[in-house]
Amino acid sequence: MIKSKKQLSVSAIENGTVIDHIPADSLFDVIQILGLNKLDKMMTFGTNLESKKLGRKAIIKLSNVFFDEIDLNRIALVAPQAKLNIIRNYKVVEKRVVEIPDEIESIAKCVNPKCITNNENVKTRFYVVSKEKVALKCHYCEKITDKENLVIL
Amino acid sequence: MKNRSLVSIADYSKKEVLRILELAVEFEKNPYQQLLNNNVIATLFFEPSTRTRLSFESAISRLGGKIIGFSDSSSTSVQKGESLKDTIKTISNYCDLIVMRHPIEGSARYASEVASVPIVNAGDGANQHPTQTLLDMYSIKKTQNTLDNLNIFMVGDLKYGRTVHSLLIAMSYFNTTFNFISPKELKMPAVYKLHLDNLGLKYYEHTDFTEYISEADIVYMTRVQKERFSDPIEYEKVKNVYVLRKHMLEKTKKNMKILHPLPRVNEINEDVDENMKAYYFTQALNGVYTRQAILTSILGIK
Ligand SMILES: [Zn+2]
Repeated sequence: MIKSKKQLSVSAIENGTVIDHIPADSLFDVIQILGLNKLDKMMTFGTNLESKKLGRKAIIKLSNVFFDEIDLNRIALVAPQAKLNIIRNYKVVEKRVVEIPDEIESIAKCVNPKCITNNENVKTRFYVVSKEKVALKCHYCEKITDKENLVIL
Repeated sequence: MKNRSLVSIADYSKKEVLRILELAVEFEKNPYQQLLNNNVIATLFFEPSTRTRLSFESAISRLGGKIIGFSDSSSTSVQKGESLKDTIKTISNYCDLIVMRHPIEGSARYASEVASVPIVNAGDGANQHPTQTLLDMYSIKKTQNTLDNLNIFMVGDLKYGRTVHSLLIAMSYFNTTFNFISPKELKMPAVYKLHLDNLGLKYYEHTDFTEYISEADIVYMTRVQKERFSDPIEYEKVKNVYVLRKHMLEKTKKNMKILHPLPRVNEINEDVDENMKAYYFTQALNGVYTRQAILTSILGIK
């Protein structure tokens, strides 16, 4: 408890959301997916922090920002182990984990260069065929995009 | 099936596939019927495919329907940079159904989402060509009197051949045993073998024609194209291995038939053409009946 207080003291927030256990190299993807670059709220980002689980992790603290579950699950593609703390009055009132949804819209790019989504102004749409390995089947060209080829739009 | 687009063979259930095949029997008996007198059908070929286009247009003409469209996009507004969405939305106003072929994969699915009329996919790049699959199944059923428990040999380019992939998916409803004959570089992709594993269906892989061909009910031939090989020497080594010749038919089953989506290059020797087991030209004719069945079913006439 003492340790976590020390960490939070950098930017303890009164109300908001803390997203922890983001792989360090996915921080900018998470910012993009959640559209944080377009918000005018107070935010703190920490990255390349030591983590036993992830090697190097990133953390995001957002004042007065709350997400609904659907929005949060969108980050599961790039940060499947992310842990969320919802803060009210400086206290963690809720903890959440993320889960990859069954369908994914307009987050990832289809791996197939001949796909309509890479040739015309068409939003990507995928069916998640494997959650553990992250395999996305394109609704349009029916090709599989796997974790290795995953590019966030 | 009324008013529903046909983009991928997986859009039809087993029951719906069987209904199309039954309707095609009716059209084979009587291909000239004035059923589409009041219909205008657009055939939009964003890339040329004379064979497929003429098959559709023959199917429509024999039923008295009117045809509008183009046979390649070089003379259209697509050339001026019009989006597929705008082209499809506009042409939707002029017809009751759109048959389209397009080099971009997923284009037909997208078109079906923006069009106000049903879309029939006549090939979207290397992705889907469901009317080909249905005519293949019609040919199999007609020559074998059943679709159940057959042994199908697929020969040639099994990696990139969309017709064999779709046929495999569709025939996996019918307890089919598969034999794959292909060069190592062009093997059936793992995802399709996994599909068969999940269903508990049997399949065997070979790198050349084997004595087991005597067990085949259907031999489905495809082209092995030079440009598919990363190493041209590999192509030279295998180019004559996947050629079917008359003498190879000697020990095959009486009911065995040879299918090919056409056009053929040299993978079926011409000495096979006169053999009773050669079925590929009749297969092409079956395409007309199958397409008549598909169009009338989607338009709600049958
Ligand atoms: Zn795609």
